[in-house]
Amino acid sequence: MSFGLSRIDFEYGLATREAFGEALAEAGSDERIVVVDGDVNNSTFTNKFAEKYPKRFFNVGIAESNLVGIAAGFAASGKIPVAASFSVFLMANAFDQIRMSVAFPNLNVKLVGSHAGISIGEDGPSQMAIEDVALACALPGFTVIVPADEASARAATKAMLEREGPTFLRCGRPKVPVIYKDGADFHVGRANTVRDGDDVTIIANGIMVAMALDAAKALEDEGVEARVLDMHTVKPIDTEAIEKAANETKGIVVAEEHLAFGGLGSIVSMVVAEKKPTRMTFVDLGDTYATSGTPDELLVQYGLTPDAILDAARRVLKD
Amino acid sequence: MPQARSEDRTQLEDITRRLRKHIITSTTKAGSGHPSTSLSMVEILTVLYFGGVLRYDPTNPTDPDRDRFILSKGHGAPGLYAVLAVAGFFPEDDLITLRKLGSPLEGHPNLCRLAGVEASTGSLGQGLSMGIGHALAGKLDDRDYRVYVMVGDGECQQGQVWEAAMHAGNNALDNLTLIVDRNRHQQTDAVSKVQPLDPLDDKFGDFGWEVSEIDGHSLDEVSAALDWARSVTRKPQAIIANTVKGKGVRLLEEAQAKWHGKPLPPEEEQRALADIGATS
Repeated sequence: MSFGLSRIDFEYGLATREAFGEALAEAGSDERIVVVDGDVNNSTFTNKFAEKYPKRFFNVGIAESNLVGIAAGFAASGKIPVAASFSVFLMANAFDQIRMSVAFPNLNVKLVGSHAGISIGEDGPSQMAIEDVALACALPGFTVIVPADEASARAATKAMLEREGPTFLRCGRPKVPVIYKDGADFHVGRANTVRDGDDVTIIANGIMVAMALDAAKALEDEGVEARVLDMHTVKPIDTEAIEKAANETKGIVVAEEHLAFGGLGSIVSMVVAEKKPTRMTFVDLGDTYATSGTPDELLVQYGLTPDAILDAARRVLKD
Repeated sequence: MPQARSEDRTQLEDITRRLRKHIITSTTKAGSGHPSTSLSMVEILTVLYFGGVLRYDPTNPTDPDRDRFILSKGHGAPGLYAVLAVAGFFPEDDLITLRKLGSPLEGHPNLCRLAGVEASTGSLGQGLSMGIGHALAGKLDDRDYRVYVMVGDGECQQGQVWEAAMHAGNNALDNLTLIVDRNRHQQTDAVSKVQPLDPLDDKFGDFGWEVSEIDGHSLDEVSAALDWARSVTRKPQAIIANTVKGKGVRLLEEAQAKWHGKPLPPEEEQRALADIGATS
């Protein structure tokens, strides 16, 4: 797929779900790690872990509530459980189990949701997690990570397993453009400046980072220098980078593959409102469910394109 | 390795009276809570903690080799707190702080705040899944601890209970024992009227469990059932304990459908303690 990219000739790497699966299998020599699957291991790529460590892999079937509860029990007995499924089934179907069995007792469970967003394409809205970031961010104590490419998904997986505490890692279905050619310098809670500039800031995560870079290239041709922040960690949010952007550039565009309410845009807005009010515009799914179509068709139809970001940046600058 | 406490019969009977007294006084003092659902599980809690079953050490509550008891029916918190206090996890005097601001004895159990609580519960249906996680971890680590989970019979209306029952049965989790406190009542009415679950024994049996049905207020039957559970291999065990909601307090027993989630008013407290045989 093209993601509407036209100005930068990106290389393509693995889908973030596959990078997660490989990184998990690599980290699997740690005996504390167990994986709990909802019978989608060949979609989430936890099958790579299962092949290497079958005794520590548990396919509980199509039963997400039980899946999350079992993961919580593992964590309470000292294991590092990775509970992986399609993001929509994990976060939405089992939300009360996540709230009650994981977040409230603050257990060290790693929730990994694949097939996030509308870029899954033809399977349609029932399979698309577009509320998942809002749901995860609502939970006290949760860390929420949305990696942009293969390298950062690998790094995020490693960081997630090494950190103590409940975490949600959001992964996507399609192969994605490479943002970090030489591996990602990845720190939970610290945004990466993937392009510097002083005129406008684009804050993005997931597949929107490549689009933001593509839009920044177009802005450059118009004489506008855009700063692009890969805000891979939505919670805890990097308030410092946001405050700096609000101070040093004329406005902020937030781009995410998620509904408007409760995701990256909402959280960045809270920081901006408190620290340094500035002009903002938003590129997201708004307040609607999507439909079936090819991933690229859907991204165009629902306004998640480099051109949409470009337009949003122009609006921010126009005042 | 922590040890189980084995008290003699007279002691066990005395403990049941103590637990009932604490359940009544703490909830009446709090002015809210679920005494009747706590009273129905008193004999079971007594045998678990004092009848030579659970291996635990209040001075090392997170010992990796301890047996786990998960109260899935979290609204039975006053009963759980009473038995944990008598077992020495915290002073019995603290029981009167139930539900008060600042007290770790919250309305429903909070794992983070009180030693001896194995799971934060209160949203029904979740404890058995957590128990499976503990049981699988024990098998992985070759530890011989056992996991006991208590659910209510009304709670078995939750779908997650059956997701978990399916999994435990299919995976031959013989280190897992489920106790169903079948007091036959739920919030608004009898379970048989709201959404019947009988035959409960066949349902668990069909999911691959060994099942035993007992009188949940007979110390002998509870003790024998828990002995039996520990002898079963290659299958999880379900003990269906027939109990009476509000057991031991005449006023509660006589109108079981009316007292869910209601404490006794202060003026009824002395009569209730007299019923229990534990006048303070």
